[in-house]
Amino acid sequence: MTDRRDDAPVSTAKHGDAADLTTATLAEGKGGSVAGRSVTINRPASELYGYFRDFTNLPHFMENVVSIDVRDATVSHWVVKAPAGATVEWDARITQEQPDRLIEWTSEPGADVANSGRIEFRDAGARGTVVTATIAYDPPGGAIGKLIAKMFQREPAIQARRDLRRFKQLMETGEIATPAMNPKQFEEMGL
Amino acid sequence: MKALAWHGKHDVRIDTVDDPEIVNPRDCIIKVTSTAICGSDLHLYDGYIPTMQAGDILGHEFMGEVVEVGAKSTLKKGQRVVVPFTIACGSCYHCNKHQYSACPNGLPADNQDIAQELYGHEMSGLFGYSHMTGGYAGGQAEYVRVPFSDVGPIVIPDGVADDKVLFLSDILPTGWQAAEYAQIEPGDTVAVWGCGPVGLFAVQSAFLMGAERVIAIDHFPHRLELAKKFGAETINFEESATYEALMEMTGGIGPDAVIDAVGLEAHGMFVDNIIDQIKASTFLGTDRPHSIRQAIIACRKGGRVSMPAVYGGFVDKFPLGAFMEKGLTLKTGQTHVQHYMPALLNAIMEDKIDTEFLISHRMPLTDAPKGYDLFKNHQNETTKIVLKPGMTAA
Repeated sequence: MTDRRDDAPVSTAKHGDAADLTTATLAEGKGGSVAGRSVTINRPASELYGYFRDFTNLPHFMENVVSIDVRDATVSHWVVKAPAGATVEWDARITQEQPDRLIEWTSEPGADVANSGRIEFRDAGARGTVVTATIAYDPPGGAIGKLIAKMFQREPAIQARRDLRRFKQLMETGEIATPAMNPKQFEEMGL
Repeated sequence: MKALAWHGKHDVRIDTVDDPEIVNPRDCIIKVTSTAICGSDLHLYDGYIPTMQAGDILGHEFMGEVVEVGAKSTLKKGQRVVVPFTIACGSCYHCNKHQYSACPNGLPADNQDIAQELYGHEMSGLFGYSHMTGGYAGGQAEYVRVPFSDVGPIVIPDGVADDKVLFLSDILPTGWQAAEYAQIEPGDTVAVWGCGPVGLFAVQSAFLMGAERVIAIDHFPHRLELAKKFGAETINFEESATYEALMEMTGGIGPDAVIDAVGLEAHGMFVDNIIDQIKASTFLGTDRPHSIRQAIIACRKGGRVSMPAVYGGFVDKFPLGAFMEKGLTLKTGQTHVQHYMPALLNAIMEDKIDTEFLISHRMPLTDAPKGYDLFKNHQNETTKIVLKPGMTAA
C-alpha cells in the first residue's frame, strides 16, 4: 500500500492500488476491484439513511437486485442479476453502522461474488446530503468476467452510478423517471 | 392514437400507436389541441442529432386538455395547459435555483450516461428529442404522457386562444431568455443573428428590456420584414457584408450585445461554413457554427454574447482569442421554461407580446410529414407550422 498523494477519493486513483487502499479502510475489506460514486440528494441525511437501512426498500431503485431477505439485525441474503440471465447470491453482514451517517458491510464466506463496501451520508447544508457508495468486489471470472459484465451493463461501477441516480430521483421526487408510455412498458423496460 | 414518428433522415410518418397511460403518480395525460414544429425539430429531421430510434414520436411544443391525472397530479380533468419542453421535477437543487433545464430527475438513469460522457453532466429530460434526452414520446401526437404535471404545465384561462399561448412551451421563453442573457442596458444596440421564431421573439424581448436599437440579420426577406415590423433594422447577409454593416451602423463600436439564434445548421456560403459542412458530413465535426463566430468578431469590446442557438457537439475555429482579448461575456443554455412561463403568460394577456404573427400555416396532425418538408425547404414563407390534431384534412 502506497501513501496517499492528494485529497481525491481513492476510487478515482489512476494507479492500481485503489482496491487495496479502499479495503484497508473497511472493517473486513475484501475484493480486488473498486467502484465509488457520490451523489448529492436534496433531503436530510436521516431520511435517506432511514430508507436505505431498510434493505427491503433497495430493489425499488437497484435495478439488478432480484431480492434481499433480511435474516437478522446484521445479516441479509442478496440475489442479484448477472450477465446472460444468470444470478449470483451472497450473504452480507453489516460490520459497522452509525445511524444517519454510515453503513459498512462484507460478504460472508461462500459468496458467488466476494464483496465489501460502505455507504456514507454526509450533511451538505442547503444542498441536502452527499451520499457516497464505495464497493470493493472480486468480479467472477476475473478480468474477462468484468468485460462481459460491462457488455451486459451489469458491471458494479455502472450499476452503482445508475442506482444512485435512481435513489436520488426517488427521494427527491417520489418516483423514478421513465419514458414508458404505459405501466406494462415500464415493467418491461425495468427501472 | 395517431402520432408523427421519426424513421430516419428526412423520413417522418404518421404512425398508429398505443395511447399513453399514467405510469408515475405525478403524471397526467393530455389530449393535444395544438402542437408546433420547431426549428430544432429540423435538426432531428436532417439527422444531426444522435441517439434517435425509428418510431420515436417527435414534438416538444404542445398544449392541450388534461384528460387523465395521476394520484399526485394537481391538475384537474378538463383544464387547458401549455407544457414546457423541459421535464423538470421542481424540487431538486437546480429546480430550487430555477435552473429547470439542468434538472437531472426527469432523465432516466440509464440515459444519463450519454450526456455525462459528452457534456460532463446530465441535463433535463426533453419531450420528443432523442434518447440522450430521455426517449420521451413527444407532443406531435393525439395524446401525450406528461411527467411532473404538478409543477410543469401552466393552466390557461378560458377564452384565450391556443395560438396566442402555444409558444410559451419553448420559443417565446427561449427568445426572452436570450434577450435576458444579453444583459441589455438602456441605450444598447443589440444584434440578432437569425430571424426564425426564437430570433423574432428575441427582437421583441430586447425592445421590451430597453434596447434602443435592434439589428436583425438573416437572408430570408420575409423573415427580415417581420423583424422590421417590430422595429428592428435589418441586414440581409446576401445583400450586405454583415461585419462591415454592423460597424458602420454602430459608428465603429459594434453592437453592445449579440444574440446567436441560428445554431448548428447555419446557412450561407462562407469559407469556414463550407469546411464545416464537409466535416459534418464526414463526421469530423458535428456543428456548423458560422453565426457564433461572426457574432463574437462583431461584438463590441466588453460586450455580451447570448447564445440560445442549439449546439450539440464540438466545434473548431472558435475565435477564442477575440473572445478573450475583447473581454466578452457569454451566456447560453437550454431554456429554463418553467421560470418564465407565468410572467410571459401575463405579457401575452396584456398584449405586450405578439405571438400569433408568427404562424404561417395551420394543418391537421396527419399532414405533419408535409409540414416538415415545407418547413425544411420553404423557410422564407414558412415561419411557423401549427399542427391541430382536431382539424380535419382538407
